[in-house]
Amino acid sequence: MNLPAAQLWIIPALPLLAAGLGALTPRPARRFAAAAAIAGMAGALIFSILALRSAAADPSAHSFSNFAWFDLGHGAVTLGWLLDPLSALMCAMVSLVGLLIFIFSLGYMDADENFTRFFCFLSLFASAMLGVVIANSLLLLFVGWEVMGLASYLLIGFWFHNPVAAAAAKKAFITTRIGDLGFLLGLVWLYNATGSTLLYDGGRGVLEAGPLGGLAMPALAGGMAASTGIGLLLFCGAAGKSGQFPLHVWLPDAMEGPTPVSALIHAATMVAAGVFLIARVFPLVSADLTQAAAPIHALTVVAAIGVITALLGASIAVAQRDLKRVLAFSTISQLGYMMLALGVGSWVAAVFHLLTHAFFKALLFLSAGSVIHASHHEQDIRRLGGLRGRMRTTFATFAVGMMALAGVPFLFSGFWSKEAILHAALEWNVSTLPLYAGLAGVILTAFYMTRLLCEVFCGAPRSEAAAHAHESPAVITIPLVILAVGSIGLGFLGTPAWPWLQSQLTGETVAARSILEGGGLTVLSIVLVAIGIGSGWALYGRRPRATESAPDPVEAAAPGLFTFLGARMKIDEAYAATLGRLNSLGAALADFLDRRLWGGLVSLLGRIGEGAGLMNTGADEAGINAAFDAVSGGLRRTGQAYSRAQTGSGQGYLRALAVAFVVLAFLVLMGGGR
Amino acid sequence: MSGFPILSLLVFAPWAGALALAVLPGLGSRARTILTLAASLTTLALALPLLGSFERAGTGYQFVEQHAWISSLNVTYHLGLDGLSLLLVLLTGLLGPAGLLASQAAGRETRNFGILYLLLQGAALGVFLALDFFHWFIFWELSLIPAYFLIKCWGGPGAGRAAYQFVIYTMGGSAFLLLGFVAIFAATGTLDFVELARLGAGGVLAAKLSALGGFWPKAVFLGVFLGFAVKVPLYPFHTWLPGAYAEAPTGVSMFLTGVLSKMGVYGFLRILWPLFPGPLHDAALPLLWLALGGAVLGAFAAMRQTDLKRMIAYSSVNHLSYCLLALFAVSAATGRPGLPADAAAAALSGTLLQMFNHGLSAAALFYCVGVLEARSGGLRGLGDFGGVRTAAPVFAGLCGIAMFSSLGLPGLNGFVGEFLIFRGVWGLAPWAASVACLGLFATALFLMTFWQRVFHGPRAGAAAGAFADLRGIDIAVLGPLAALMLIFGVLPQILTGIFNPLITAWASHLSLP
Repeated sequence: MNLPAAQLWIIPALPLLAAGLGALTPRPARRFAAAAAIAGMAGALIFSILALRSAAADPSAHSFSNFAWFDLGHGAVTLGWLLDPLSALMCAMVSLVGLLIFIFSLGYMDADENFTRFFCFLSLFASAMLGVVIANSLLLLFVGWEVMGLASYLLIGFWFHNPVAAAAAKKAFITTRIGDLGFLLGLVWLYNATGSTLLYDGGRGVLEAGPLGGLAMPALAGGMAASTGIGLLLFCGAAGKSGQFPLHVWLPDAMEGPTPVSALIHAATMVAAGVFLIARVFPLVSADLTQAAAPIHALTVVAAIGVITALLGASIAVAQRDLKRVLAFSTISQLGYMMLALGVGSWVAAVFHLLTHAFFKALLFLSAGSVIHASHHEQDIRRLGGLRGRMRTTFATFAVGMMALAGVPFLFSGFWSKEAILHAALEWNVSTLPLYAGLAGVILTAFYMTRLLCEVFCGAPRSEAAAHAHESPAVITIPLVILAVGSIGLGFLGTPAWPWLQSQLTGETVAARSILEGGGLTVLSIVLVAIGIGSGWALYGRRPRATESAPDPVEAAAPGLFTFLGARMKIDEAYAATLGRLNSLGAALADFLDRRLWGGLVSLLGRIGEGAGLMNTGADEAGINAAFDAVSGGLRRTGQAYSRAQTGSGQGYLRALAVAFVVLAFLVLMGGGR
Repeated sequence: MSGFPILSLLVFAPWAGALALAVLPGLGSRARTILTLAASLTTLALALPLLGSFERAGTGYQFVEQHAWISSLNVTYHLGLDGLSLLLVLLTGLLGPAGLLASQAAGRETRNFGILYLLLQGAALGVFLALDFFHWFIFWELSLIPAYFLIKCWGGPGAGRAAYQFVIYTMGGSAFLLLGFVAIFAATGTLDFVELARLGAGGVLAAKLSALGGFWPKAVFLGVFLGFAVKVPLYPFHTWLPGAYAEAPTGVSMFLTGVLSKMGVYGFLRILWPLFPGPLHDAALPLLWLALGGAVLGAFAAMRQTDLKRMIAYSSVNHLSYCLLALFAVSAATGRPGLPADAAAAALSGTLLQMFNHGLSAAALFYCVGVLEARSGGLRGLGDFGGVRTAAPVFAGLCGIAMFSSLGLPGLNGFVGEFLIFRGVWGLAPWAASVACLGLFATALFLMTFWQRVFHGPRAGAAAGAFADLRGIDIAVLGPLAALMLIFGVLPQILTGIFNPLITAWASHLSLP
């Protein structure tokens, strides 16, 4: 069985239907709501696998199915679905990871009174994400993108009675919206320049040679191509959604949502949408590379932001004390790696890392969720500890996730996808900075993940909650085990020896290479992983933290740096002091203009009108001409109105208005008679 | 066409209802309520069959009624309907009964209220259907008088002053409008919009007015412009609006923002733009800045408001400014070689959609504030509530739909219009689209603040105690509005199908005389 492009809409439609059902389900019907959501997701997974088969049959084809949304001018606004290996792989990943997280939520959210609503929002999210990945129109992609933002808002603020969660939800929505406005402008620019938002349209789509050639021409100031401007605007949206510096500030706060949400949305899938977007429109953002003389290329900016984000996230993660926030900053850092890969031109490596990261980061978050669930919502790693013995399955799966993220060689998927990125950076001829940054990030990543593992699982429990923790039920651990298998196995789809994934995505056979090729780099990165893990073990594993208040070894060595990193480099504070203040000033200015300037002018005009009305009485009677009469009449009315508005007598004025109206009508009649 | 005067019926049915209420003082309260509502529903009841028999491909006026009337003034009784009018008649048909039901839900509705409300509804319909300045202007002015009393007599504590300012300011604008038309009549001898539009497009009107010499041709344009600019309102002629909308009773606020504010935009599209293509083009650059002022400063001012009704009122300034932004961008680009007709069509379609969609979402939001007031003994401050979503989840859900529609979330109706406006304006004046983005950002910010403070957090303030969720009558008002927001968000073709041929014709005949 296959799924042609024309029927691709079924994949997002099933979870959407589940969301609709969930919205109408009364609160007590918990089983029904959960069953609908899980069935919708399972259906989406089955159809995604069928779509994957269809796509694998001819990986080089971009088969699409377009339809008119509504009439506009002589044409119509057209949307469509796109089936190719990228969209099919993304569908399969989102629906599989999503399904596991839905099942996990059955156990995790069991005690929540808004259980039905939770599954409704999760389904809405999944539907929007699936809509994004199958969109053949940038406009449709934007629609899904924003609905996903809504779902994210609803889920971060799921415990909305807690003001911190409510504030985090608002912050996420507003911050990503800043990026989305860039996306919107890029979208309308592209639409205006090409007359279409379709990606593939039999030669007329914006990713096809004809329109791309036009977009790549130097059209802007300084010889910049239109595609550079459009690409950078689209990247604004991607940076917002994918937590790239400087719009990353919302992502750590988003951890206020329930842990399954953190796993699904703020680690595995939605935040990867920005990476997906740039990978999807890669022909567009890389079109300006043909203009060697252009002052700037869109991808150079992408690479630079990726470098900054990868290092920033990894550094801050070293000094976080909240279990979920360490993972959140690690997500920021890993998304930075993906952007770096895109920037250096290897969208395939970025997508490979996106897929493996989805599995191991979902695994890490859900394992963290299992820990949090077991220890009565204790998330401070200083108050955890010693869980290795009591939560064996969770410890094992967390360790798999940790090793995958740290890039422990050969067995773990993160190693292969990270190597792909580093090799792409090595081949980039613009700058060596991404390579060095990537290598530095490798040490940091291995270090902070080792620290996290040791703090949570080694030593002795440092709180009552941790001491009494016990393994979570099967509904929680089984998804963990499946994700752990994926976190290991997925890497083998894209090894240099058997680059199946690369061949699928590019649509052409990628030659197998020896694993040892470019061996120097591989060996170096393995050594760096070893340094990271070794130093982490030396500081945190050999002599585990004894008490909650014992200082962190890094803190003891460099207290200033640790505090600075712990405070997230004070970026939030800097924004509050600059942008936040600017915003308040803007609001105050607008309000001042209204109350004082315009309001004052209106009053002044009223008074002048009053005076003019009195002075003109004489002229009025003299009756110079009809127009002049009416002018003074109008002015006088204004003046009288204002003077009376202040004394508060109204009926008289209404009568005057009526009389004035009749008089004016009479003047019209006179004018007509002439 | 059967010659059946369906448009006259449409306009005068609410007035007939008002008359019936006036001459039947002995009616019981239940019968009176039903009669009022039925009279208000006639608009929708007549508009739906009209929608069915409306010739969609046509770009001219349909169901035209034209009869000799005042021959000395060359005035005919002339009604007609095209896609633009039909859209606004439908909007009136939806929001008229919604606002009335809202007033009934609040227990505000008395006999006099019903009479005035129906008078207002009929006047608005008259404005959208009349094609001769003479009676068009009568409808235009008559809409003010019931609105004045509705605000003053049934409004909040500051209603007296707000109603004055509203009526005086808009009357002031209308006086200049009237003067402008006196001059136009003197120059051309006709007040018929169709005829005047023909003269405007051909440059005849401009030539005749230029005979006045000196500043006067410009003054005529400015006079007509002022009348509409105050009504929409265009920044900075908007200072009457927050007070009037905030002090009016809920149902009237809904009608004011939903329908009356559209009269101004309608005036721009139907009268100012066709009659004065040249002067509008000349003035377009400063006007674009004024529209941007409304879009950006209006939204920023909303952020400073602590009275929720004033906040929503400012959001109306912001939303309607996008309509004018699009029109001014089209006008500014008119006559430019290689004018992209696609962009113009998108901008104008966006304007029409935005008019309709803003009507739905702003009216719904005003109703939501009304719900808050009704359950808290009249409180509507940003800080007066907390955790309402816990207390009233259904209310929170419907209000949330209205809010996200208002901030332009895709999937809901507001997005389609704003997207088309931005797409069009980008093609005509990219810098203006970029600046206008600030307004989108600020709108999201203040609406999210509204939502967070009132609905989220622990139950507090007026929502700390008993706070009932929506009643049947509340759902009867909000439910259909929310459903339409979803439907028109997913299937905008239902609306664009009505006016696309008209817009296409406008966009492909852009030229300066």
